[in-house]
Amino acid sequence: MNIHNHIHHTDGVVPQLLLALPFILAWIMYILATVHSSRRYKPWPLYRTACWTFGILFAVIAVAGPLANRAHMDFTAHMLGHLLLGMLAPLLMALAAPMTLVLRTLSIPLARCLSRILRSWPSRILIHPIAASFLNLGGLWLLYNTDLYVLMHENTFLHLIVHFHIFVAGYLFTMAMVSIDPMPHRFPFFYRSIVLIISLAGHGILSKFIYAHPPAGVTLEQAKMGGMIMYYGGDAVDIVMIFILCLHWFRASRPRIVQTVS
Amino acid sequence: MAIKNKDENIHSNVANLSVYSNRNLWSGVLFGIGLSAFIDETVFHQLLHWHHFYDKSTTDVGLISDGLFHAFSWFSTIGSLFMLADLRRRNALWHMKWWGGKFLGAGGFQLYDGTIQHKLMRIHQIRYVENVVVYDLVWNILAILMVIIGLSLIVRTRSRQPSGKAVSLEHS
Repeated sequence: MNIHNHIHHTDGVVPQLLLALPFILAWIMYILATVHSSRRYKPWPLYRTACWTFGILFAVIAVAGPLANRAHMDFTAHMLGHLLLGMLAPLLMALAAPMTLVLRTLSIPLARCLSRILRSWPSRILIHPIAASFLNLGGLWLLYNTDLYVLMHENTFLHLIVHFHIFVAGYLFTMAMVSIDPMPHRFPFFYRSIVLIISLAGHGILSKFIYAHPPAGVTLEQAKMGGMIMYYGGDAVDIVMIFILCLHWFRASRPRIVQTVS
Repeated sequence: MAIKNKDENIHSNVANLSVYSNRNLWSGVLFGIGLSAFIDETVFHQLLHWHHFYDKSTTDVGLISDGLFHAFSWFSTIGSLFMLADLRRRNALWHMKWWGGKFLGAGGFQLYDGTIQHKLMRIHQIRYVENVVVYDLVWNILAILMVIIGLSLIVRTRSRQPSGKAVSLEHS
């Protein structure tokens, strides 16, 4: 299956290692932080550590190893990797509340400093629902509707940038929509719902567009398969995101005055 | 337990119904749209394979409309059920209004899908056969029937509730 004469110089070990290493470091730091902070505060919930672990695992699977190797010549594998790196991993990692963990692990002056950075205007812009949606979808439109997809496979630097962007944009988008971490400003549920619906629509439209108009260098057959994976895989992750957003609304809008039910 | 609470809270229930009247309607409408789209996707796309994922004659507007409605229906299915849970927890669920909304939403979406999306924007046909017009007729007549049922249920809730019931309860 592995046709090695098609290998470009982007799928060496080094780029894969460069992409996987930050995730592995993030996993180690998360585990150390849970151990350290659980000595002073109540134990860090196990399900959050599990979310982080699986999030990291999916991200690493997407950028290094057999799937990443296949993604160079197989658009279907590329799309599967895109779903893992840009949607599933960010969602799981956002549910692990890393910022909350960092804030309770750091000393108080450092934590204050960090929260000042989080409240600064650049980070406010990045986690604005509309800005995050543009970063997320805009990047994808560029990738699949220009020569970027072909160039990415020829240039290692572009390869790194594109994958970094897919993950970061996905993470910012997830944060803007369903973050459980402390946020400088939380937009109303209705606002976030509308932006989420439009973004999901953009994702669905793009996947059908790919189905009909293969990106440069992709066969029609692979584009069809990839488009459908993007469409239905996206739906599967979206349903979780919608559910969490609605659950947050359900909790936040609970009746304040408790009725006396006998 | 629900029946027991119903009698005891019936007074507050009636007050809640009028306060949350619109939320009942919206929850129903949204659920109707979601259910209609869900049946469309599972039965006609996945099980029967009558609908195609993509039809070459799709217009650009059709692609956008399809994407927006797909995302919207996905969201509204889940959102409307959370609204339903919210109405129940407030003891404000108004069945007739909710069902009226549901029929209206489901019929309205099916009608939009069957006329504008299938015929005008040509996103795909109901089935790729000779006399598709029979399918179109059945599809759209069913949709119109659902809209009529929905509207009549909603009109009935207007004339009946909540004032009449509330007055009679004040004597009890």
